[in-house]
Amino acid sequence: MGAWTDMAFILVVVLDLFLLASSRLGAAIRAVALQGALLSLLALLLTSSGHDLGHMLAVAGGAFFIKAFLIPWLMFRAIREMAIRREMEPLVGYVPSLILGGLGVVLSFALSRGLPLPTNEMHPFLVPTALATVWTGLLLVVSRRKAVTQVLGFLVLENGVFIFGLLLTDFMPVMVEAGVLLDLLAAVFVMGIVMFQINREFASLDTDALSSLKD
Amino acid sequence: MILRALLQIGVLLLLPPLLLGVVNRVKAIAAGRKGPPLLQLYFDLAKLLRKGAVYSRTTTWVFRAGPAVGLAAIATAGTMLPVAGQPAIVSFSGDFVLFAYLLALARFATALAALDTGSSFEGMGAAREVSFASMAEPTLFLVLVVMARATGSLSLSGMLGPALAPAWRAAAPALLLSAIALFVVALAENSRIPVDDPNTHLELTMIHEVMILDHSGPDLAFILYGASLKFFLFGALLVRLVADVGATGFWSAEGAFVLELLAFSVLVGVVESFMARLRLTRVPQMLVGASILSVFALVLLLR
Repeated sequence: MGAWTDMAFILVVVLDLFLLASSRLGAAIRAVALQGALLSLLALLLTSSGHDLGHMLAVAGGAFFIKAFLIPWLMFRAIREMAIRREMEPLVGYVPSLILGGLGVVLSFALSRGLPLPTNEMHPFLVPTALATVWTGLLLVVSRRKAVTQVLGFLVLENGVFIFGLLLTDFMPVMVEAGVLLDLLAAVFVMGIVMFQINREFASLDTDALSSLKD
Repeated sequence: MILRALLQIGVLLLLPPLLLGVVNRVKAIAAGRKGPPLLQLYFDLAKLLRKGAVYSRTTTWVFRAGPAVGLAAIATAGTMLPVAGQPAIVSFSGDFVLFAYLLALARFATALAALDTGSSFEGMGAAREVSFASMAEPTLFLVLVVMARATGSLSLSGMLGPALAPAWRAAAPALLLSAIALFVVALAENSRIPVDDPNTHLELTMIHEVMILDHSGPDLAFILYGASLKFFLFGALLVRLVADVGATGFWSAEGAFVLELLAFSVLVGVVESFMARLRLTRVPQMLVGASILSVFALVLLLR
């Protein structure tokens, strides 16, 4: 049981690194979906006897449906509609972003010991994995040019926040978590619409086109 | 006792060409071909050893020494690797550094021989080989350091010996990550498919094959045999790391080891059948990814 939880956390981090290195959008969306599925699995694995089982099932089920199924489906739809397959020329190259991501992972695993936590730590890998995932999401958002990859970065960022939120499942009512997941879905919807608009206006999804002035 | 030692050296010296035969057979089956016989490399070696060598007038002794130095270095490295749970023939504290650098010495000798021909084509191959190797080397060392730290031993015999099973129980994630990194390094170091295609003679894609174009006869046999020996060494390192069956008897351990090595060859054949060769610009990315995995493994172990 403990070994499986370890492996799930490590797989989440390895998926972070994979996302930083992958240039194919389809593979990246699948990786984000797999990460979402792993998060809902983690929510179940971290349930101890003291928790309300129904509560955890609701959280895990909701996360699985939205993160591993609905959002990836929307993203696949988006790239199919706009006929794009791969991220071209990121602002920060793949190898430097891999190295930056690796640095973030190393630092978060090395330093998270010293962080004071208000509650007891459920698992020694939980906080570092959350920090590393948030860092990866941030890197993806700022270092990629195409709107689709930026949305993926935002999703990874949110996955990191979700992992951190697992610490607080004892105190958070289901409604709050459901609200967060719904917000996420709404955000992806809005971004999908924005992406469509950018694509129609500039015939590409390059967000740099937004910063050049026109009359 | 002497019989067993002889058998161990026999496995080390005689098995390697068969492994490459297995890889080629798996690739042939996946492609729907019949493929060359499993023992093809032995026939090739026997044929090449009977032939004479041709040397270009522009080459010097460096070119002639290259294959011999390369094979000797790889074979010496082989004596440090424990085969089938038995302690290695040569073992001392810190021998993993010598192991890694003997493999590097073999590469150096081959690259020098390639440069010595004065052909720009071979120079290009040498440049590629050396630059990819420089990216694979940190990963190999990090993996070895992870193993040293997990087992508390500084020699290859200790790292891959009885201390490995408790290490797996204590630090399974770190060892698993380093095994994956080691597999990537093994593919890169042996010029297998995601990095280099051992079958093509197409100048744009060749790395290792370019460097040996001017060698002929026994020299070529030395190089081919050395390459298969290197494949065996990486395979042996990997199967001992991930699949220590814990067989105690001598014969059962030896048999399990040979079976595991054949399974490793089948795995490499499957990877080669179902993956395309990466673009040259993507290769550093894969190697850097492998090093980051091994750094991650080390951090997991140290925290």
